[in-house]
Amino acid sequence: MSHADLVGRDGPDGTRTAVPVPASAAQAGRERRRQWPLFRSELLTTFRRWRTLALLGVLAVVPVLVGIAVRIETAGGGSAGGDGGGGPAFISQITNNGLFLVFTSLAATLPFFLPMTVGVIAGDSVAGEANAGTLRYLLVAPAGRTRLLLVKFGSVMVFCLAATLVVAAFALATGALLFPVGEVTLLSGTTVPFSEGLLRALAIALAVAVSLTGLAALGLFISTLTNSGIAAMAATVGLLLMVQIVDTVPQLHAAHPYLFPHYWLSFADLLRDPVYWDELLKNLGLQGLYTAVFGSAAWARFTTRDITA
Amino acid sequence: MAEPSAADAVIETRGLSKRYRGGQLAVDGLDLTVPRGSVFGFLGPNGSGKTTTIRMLLGLIDATDGSAHMLGEPMPQAGKHVLPRVGALIEGPALYGFLSGRDNLNRYDAADPVADPRTRRARVDAALERVGLSAAAGKKAKAYSLGMKQRLGIAAALLQPRELLVLDEPTNGLDPQGMREIRSLVRALAEDGTTVFLSSHLLDEIEQVCSHTAVMNHGRLVTQGTVAEISALGHAGRSRLTVTTPDGSDAVRVLKEHGVTDLTAEESPDGEVVTGELPVHGLPEAESPGPDLAGLNASLVRSGVRVRAFGVTKVSLEDVFVALTGEGFDVAR
Repeated sequence: MSHADLVGRDGPDGTRTAVPVPASAAQAGRERRRQWPLFRSELLTTFRRWRTLALLGVLAVVPVLVGIAVRIETAGGGSAGGDGGGGPAFISQITNNGLFLVFTSLAATLPFFLPMTVGVIAGDSVAGEANAGTLRYLLVAPAGRTRLLLVKFGSVMVFCLAATLVVAAFALATGALLFPVGEVTLLSGTTVPFSEGLLRALAIALAVAVSLTGLAALGLFISTLTNSGIAAMAATVGLLLMVQIVDTVPQLHAAHPYLFPHYWLSFADLLRDPVYWDELLKNLGLQGLYTAVFGSAAWARFTTRDITA
Repeated sequence: MAEPSAADAVIETRGLSKRYRGGQLAVDGLDLTVPRGSVFGFLGPNGSGKTTTIRMLLGLIDATDGSAHMLGEPMPQAGKHVLPRVGALIEGPALYGFLSGRDNLNRYDAADPVADPRTRRARVDAALERVGLSAAAGKKAKAYSLGMKQRLGIAAALLQPRELLVLDEPTNGLDPQGMREIRSLVRALAEDGTTVFLSSHLLDEIEQVCSHTAVMNHGRLVTQGTVAEISALGHAGRSRLTVTTPDGSDAVRVLKEHGVTDLTAEESPDGEVVTGELPVHGLPEAESPGPDLAGLNASLVRSGVRVRAFGVTKVSLEDVFVALTGEGFDVAR
């Protein structure tokens, strides 16, 4: 509501009707502000779905389970902090500092869990509306095909961020409850205060969310190809699994730098002092490339497609 | 009403065609003119290209040939300006089941870039009121009956004052009471000056509500005009006199003497039903139909024919439709 009020205050004339006039500068500005209602509506629609909440719920459970498991292990007097051979990165440090549960949880969910939820949301974004028939009503409203696609991509990005933050927040809360928190020893050995550790954790969450943009664009493109939300979700998630497997086959190393998940775990470099930017930037560039390629493909497909559903 | 010219046509297509991938020609050279202010009934068996035409008009699918203008502007190019002035119900309602009826309308309204968010609440309430859904507005749409979904779909088309309403089978799934409400709603909207483009498979509905009609068959336009004109197409020799009497053979003889042709007599529980074509001057629409029919009846009675029922069956749009398309709707299904 607050946003509508904001728009309301900006608009100078009170009783304008829906008669279109040739676009003046003022009109263009007004129309630009009117992009927000659809985006807001899209977010509300996405986050009011049971499925979205369930996905976020599953993501929230992961760090809690990891935290409890580590806690039980160490409570038994074991040497969970010792070898650190198995399990996700950073797991051995959790007992010393609960903040490391954030890094562990993101490292544990990033390969499959987190991108799977993004695949579901992105794959369903256009195809699900087509399947329900609501797409035709949005388009004759008229939402505008480019505008709708941008809004869809925007809301998938918001979901990426929300999903990452849910993992991080629940990890932080669990970590703080079950383990001591305090000064953070970085991977390079430097010790920084807890506040800076928190900032770095936030930066890592953002880096993880950005890592998912390539997949989001890919999912959106697949979503424009079909009228079946389930098919689009399955195809996106299936493709993710395939690419992740290819990324682990040494014989295919020539292709590895071009696979969208290849630099995903580079977020750990944010825990070095100074930060090691090389792979982080490569990841950023790769996600940008995927977004540009599949975003354009989605646009080309969606703006020319016959809507028969 | 004057003949529609291009200037006051709300929908005008020229040679509009659609060939789907796979070669099927769904719409073939359609020249359709919908005059402003009309209630236009769009008829045709299923698969005749009605829905494809509607989707082309609304910019959902691209025409392979020809042109379409809506509200004087080319579609789909001018969709951004035209579509906010057009309300549409296409192939039944589509709703977000997990949202309430009111939130469904909020969402569709948010999709319209010229809809003012400040007036949204009032416009949504008015639309709900108009279709009689105010009481159920807070209920999740998945709990709605088909009739309620249909109403909500119509409410979505009424979120703004529209110049044109495109309603595809708007009474589908409604009970008779609901059908009547929707029909009176359509009439009220037409009186407000909204042009209504109505596709329906219910011919009596078209006859009751529409001023103009067009009939499609196999992707082609068979005919278009006012409902009266189309009904008149079937008139010559199509208005039949029906007499129910126990004295069938006498009735046939008397009627033949009075120039009634094509007489048939059929047994029925009430006696024999004799039907025949009236001579042209005996048509009810002719100059002085009264005396003729009354005279005919008097002659029957004078000749000792006991008449149980006497009447003229007017040709219905359905008869014309069957004659034009060579099939009834049930057959086409």
